[in-house]
Amino acid sequence: MEPIEIAERLKERFPADILHIKEFRGQVSVTLRKDRIVEICRYLHDEPDLSFDYLTDVCGVDYLGKKEKRFEVVYHLYSIRHRHMIRLKAEVSEKDPYIDSVMPVWVGADWHEREAYDLFGIVFKGHRDLRRILMPEDWEGHPLRKDYPVKGPEKEWPGFLDVLERAKRFSEFEWHER
Amino acid sequence: MEDIEQTEKTFETKELTISMGPQHPATHGVLRLLLTLAGENVVKCTPYVGYLHRGIEKLGENRTYLAALPLTDRLDYISSMNNNVGYVNAVEKLFGIEAPERAKFIRTIVAEMGRISSHIIWLGTHVLDIGATTPFLYAFREREVIMDLFEMLCGARLTVSYPRIGGVRNDISQEFLDELYDFVLDFPSKMDDYETLVTENRIWKDRTVGIGVISAEEAINWGLTGGTLRGSGVDYDVRKYAPYDAYDKVEFDVPVGTNGDCYDRYLVRMEEMRQANRIIRQCIEKLPAGPVMADAPKFTLPPKDMVLKDMEHLIHQFILITKGPTVPEGEVYMGTEVPKGELGFYFVSDGSGRPYRMRVRAPSYVHASVLPRLCEGGMIADVIANIGTIDIVLGECDR
Repeated sequence: MEPIEIAERLKERFPADILHIKEFRGQVSVTLRKDRIVEICRYLHDEPDLSFDYLTDVCGVDYLGKKEKRFEVVYHLYSIRHRHMIRLKAEVSEKDPYIDSVMPVWVGADWHEREAYDLFGIVFKGHRDLRRILMPEDWEGHPLRKDYPVKGPEKEWPGFLDVLERAKRFSEFEWHER
Repeated sequence: MEDIEQTEKTFETKELTISMGPQHPATHGVLRLLLTLAGENVVKCTPYVGYLHRGIEKLGENRTYLAALPLTDRLDYISSMNNNVGYVNAVEKLFGIEAPERAKFIRTIVAEMGRISSHIIWLGTHVLDIGATTPFLYAFREREVIMDLFEMLCGARLTVSYPRIGGVRNDISQEFLDELYDFVLDFPSKMDDYETLVTENRIWKDRTVGIGVISAEEAINWGLTGGTLRGSGVDYDVRKYAPYDAYDKVEFDVPVGTNGDCYDRYLVRMEEMRQANRIIRQCIEKLPAGPVMADAPKFTLPPKDMVLKDMEHLIHQFILITKGPTVPEGEVYMGTEVPKGELGFYFVSDGSGRPYRMRVRAPSYVHASVLPRLCEGGMIADVIANIGTIDIVLGECDR
């Protein structure tokens, strides 16, 4: 099925939730409200002639100062049976950074959602194990946000200070001649 | 007798939690697994990744499209050529330009060389983990030939950065083609050597048949790709499903397994190497003549000799390097088949010369997440077989 047809069908089925549809370079993105994301994904997954069985990717995008709602969670879906793809984008605001986890539909969303939580601070409700994944557990801030400095925070991470201190201690070791 | 019964009653067993890695030789990088063991059985397995996180996505957002190319070398560092090819393909799709035919064939050749070299490393280390040392030594012999060819092609062996947005950096020489063709003719016999050593080996089969089984439906649901998915019998291959470069002009088969265990995944990857060899051979035979860079002056750098001679070209190069090209607003996702699976790049462009968001969908990241599913309920020795069979590189996993 052509991606634009899928988007139209989605619009027919969930008229209140689809905000707009955009096509660029033959790829269609559907922007939607976040409230019924699991229901929409379940529909796309289960419907026999859509059958989006393969979740390619989940990632966050930070539109700081560019859009009214700061974050977008982007889902890339693919159907191995029918060989078509579509992109869903759910808007998430900074004040209410919650969205339902799509893990009940695709278990492969597990680590992608953890990453979006780690690097953007978007919280996925219903995720079985939402912890930081790429950054250390006691890291402060979310590095992929646009207001996060590229060179890192002013304050050193405690784990690194620990390493520095240990290195200093070891360098003070003196070899005694016998 | 009574004593023995007494001791049996008071003998308590308890679960043991051990940390495997991050510096374990069989974890192929800095992967840490927290294993809860009941005797030799794995009750719970929790992977910890991120030790090699360098923020490549964040760095990419602060560089021009041209300057972010070398970052992709550092993703999956044993098949950097394939990452470059994936990156330039995605950027070309965003820019709306197309590489000339000859460049497409060259890219296909080097990508398949990268596939062979990566699979050879996988084969060597996977069998080494399980206890066979000999194939490892042989495998590095063949990899060395490919590394030398890369060096002849672009001067670098590991982090190549050879493809460019809109083509490739330089044309390939006849000398390179001749040596590559010799390698291609010779390679099937080398594959036979490996297969004699490993495929029907009884110890190898004992260690891999029926280990880490995952069904087709489950594998798709987990988002597995590449050889890891095809071992379960799904013929999903980006090169066939959404052909890029010259893959629609060559013939090759996509091998699939049936049982979805370690042994099937091994067979699939072995056959993939033979198919890669077949693709290279066809590409050399069909290689068309012509330019190797697209004629798209707004996006590609001007030729170096013109830059040194002509003021306009110099200014043009200066603008492209400092400010970056003017890119249409929009977003693009493009997946390519790298040795590990599907490597996807997702770009959001805001019209400036730098990507607003650069997302790397790394196959190793997804494959590492499936480890608990494969390992739990098995033996601790099979954890090693499972790590080897999903073929992960932590540089790509952590990005």
